[in-house]
Amino acid sequence: MNIEAKQQEIIDEFALFDDWMEKYEHIIELGKDLPLIEDAKKTDDRLIEGCQSRVWLDAVVEDNAMRLTADSDAIITKGIIGLLVRVLNNETPENIAKADLHFIGDIGLAEHLSPTRANGLASMVKKIKLLALTALA
Amino acid sequence: MIVNKQILIFAFMTDTLKRKFSVREIRQDFPALRQTVYGKNLIYFDNGATSQKPQPVLDAINRYYSKDNANIHRGVHLLSQQATSGYEASRNYIKQFLNAAASQEIIFTKGTTDGINLVASSFGETLKKGDEILISAMEHHSNIVPWQMLCERKGLMLKVIPINSRGELKMDVFETLLSNKTKLVAITHISNSLGTINPVKEIVAQAHAVGAVVLVDGAQSIQHTKIDVQDLDCDFFVFSGHKVFGPTGIGVLYGKEHLLDSMPPYQGGGDMIAKCTFEKTTYNELPFKFEAGTPHIAGGICLGTALEYLNSFNIDEIEAYERELADYAQDLLSTFEDVKVIGTAKNKTSVVAFVVDKIHPFDIGTLLDKQGIAVRTGHHCTQPLMDHYQIPGTVRASFAFYNTREEIDTFIAAVEKSISMLR
Ligand SMILES: Cc1ncc(COP(=O)(O)O)c(C=O)c1O
Repeated sequence: MNIEAKQQEIIDEFALFDDWMEKYEHIIELGKDLPLIEDAKKTDDRLIEGCQSRVWLDAVVEDNAMRLTADSDAIITKGIIGLLVRVLNNETPENIAKADLHFIGDIGLAEHLSPTRANGLASMVKKIKLLALTALA
Repeated sequence: MIVNKQILIFAFMTDTLKRKFSVREIRQDFPALRQTVYGKNLIYFDNGATSQKPQPVLDAINRYYSKDNANIHRGVHLLSQQATSGYEASRNYIKQFLNAAASQEIIFTKGTTDGINLVASSFGETLKKGDEILISAMEHHSNIVPWQMLCERKGLMLKVIPINSRGELKMDVFETLLSNKTKLVAITHISNSLGTINPVKEIVAQAHAVGAVVLVDGAQSIQHTKIDVQDLDCDFFVFSGHKVFGPTGIGVLYGKEHLLDSMPPYQGGGDMIAKCTFEKTTYNELPFKFEAGTPHIAGGICLGTALEYLNSFNIDEIEAYERELADYAQDLLSTFEDVKVIGTAKNKTSVVAFVVDKIHPFDIGTLLDKQGIAVRTGHHCTQPLMDHYQIPGTVRASFAFYNTREEIDTFIAAVEKSISMLR
């Protein structure tokens, strides 16, 4: 499945919910399911400090694919991270660099990715994209 | 055609004429409270961050820009004279509201932060290497950083009054920190993060005994309790208009006249000069010495309207009602096994902040928002205080006199639901 198909899958999945609390219940479940980053890897160089919640990102490029794991101290942030990882994990740096992550807005979560939200998510996406661009260069 | 002939005046209401306190009626005055968010009736519990505005303030803003708008203190024409008299009438009203000795002790600022920076820059100029400034462990960043910057610039020493686990100042330690080196004590009247009401009158008396001046940060007290600067005997008192039902971008610095007189100007520009030549400029008298440039005229006038609105009630009644709300919320939250209330001072008001075991405040705040309840989560610009409690932040509900017990019931049910979803 390519990035676009994975985004569509998530959009369809969220179309089933007709109220905000159901939507967030789902995000929380995703957050609980997301594999944790081991504490040993929660180092400062992997930390993205937000004003509200903190995000750790472990991203490496191997065999022309980005391997992503990420974590947060807030479960809702973690659920949204889970969605981003689902869409971007194991994709080529090229596809990641040019990806338009419209699904976040389409499922009504754009507020979480606004740079003023201060939950570290916007910086996380920026960091992933930067890493992809560096790998391409 | 509209004929402009109305002159703005503010009338100071005496106790016998005050409105009866009725939360139902008060809510009618605040249009912003009558809206739904995410399909739910809005419950606004973020009054510590900013307050909603009553209809008279909205009307005054509209009236100012549709009729009276002109620059002040410099026009020969009618509109300018009217804008000037409205602005100065508001200053005079604020003087009465705070019970200041004279209207030139009322300096219009952009807000609390601006007022503190003014004092740090201007009064700070008179301090010397080795002098000490005292603040407390529960200060807002606005009442920390300007003093740190000043200390760095002038080689002063910043000392911090510690707090106990309930979030009360350790007054015995305060006494030991005071000495003849102490030149200024800057202290919040009511803590935005804990709701603690500090004994500022006592602090002022003790500070004065060693010759220190006292700045009171009234950002969280002006809207909740009666302020009488002469009774407190504080040297400076600062607050923001937007937290007391007025506009953003306007605030007040009260300062004792002899102190303000002895301080150098803060910013240079128009309005603050008496005579300007390239060789030498002499400064205008108080309050204009500290008000360089065209001020927030509409803000200044409408802050008067906001205080006039507040003063149409008996403030003691408002205070009693708000304490009751906060006690009610705190008692209900304390029954939750995994909830810990942060800030349990004996003397507190209007704020209930809490943490939930193993759940991030951001998660609770997000779910409350989706249930129509506006709270604030995070460190509330008091990071050193959060470090004291060793927590990343809290969920804070902060109340105003338009909030109700029914809203608190809904809030408690929503907190319970949020916790069960996050477990
Ligand atoms: C105690 C306290 N001091 C200072 C401030 C700063 O006020 P402003 O941002 O309006 O300048 C606040 C506002 O949050 C506050 O609560």
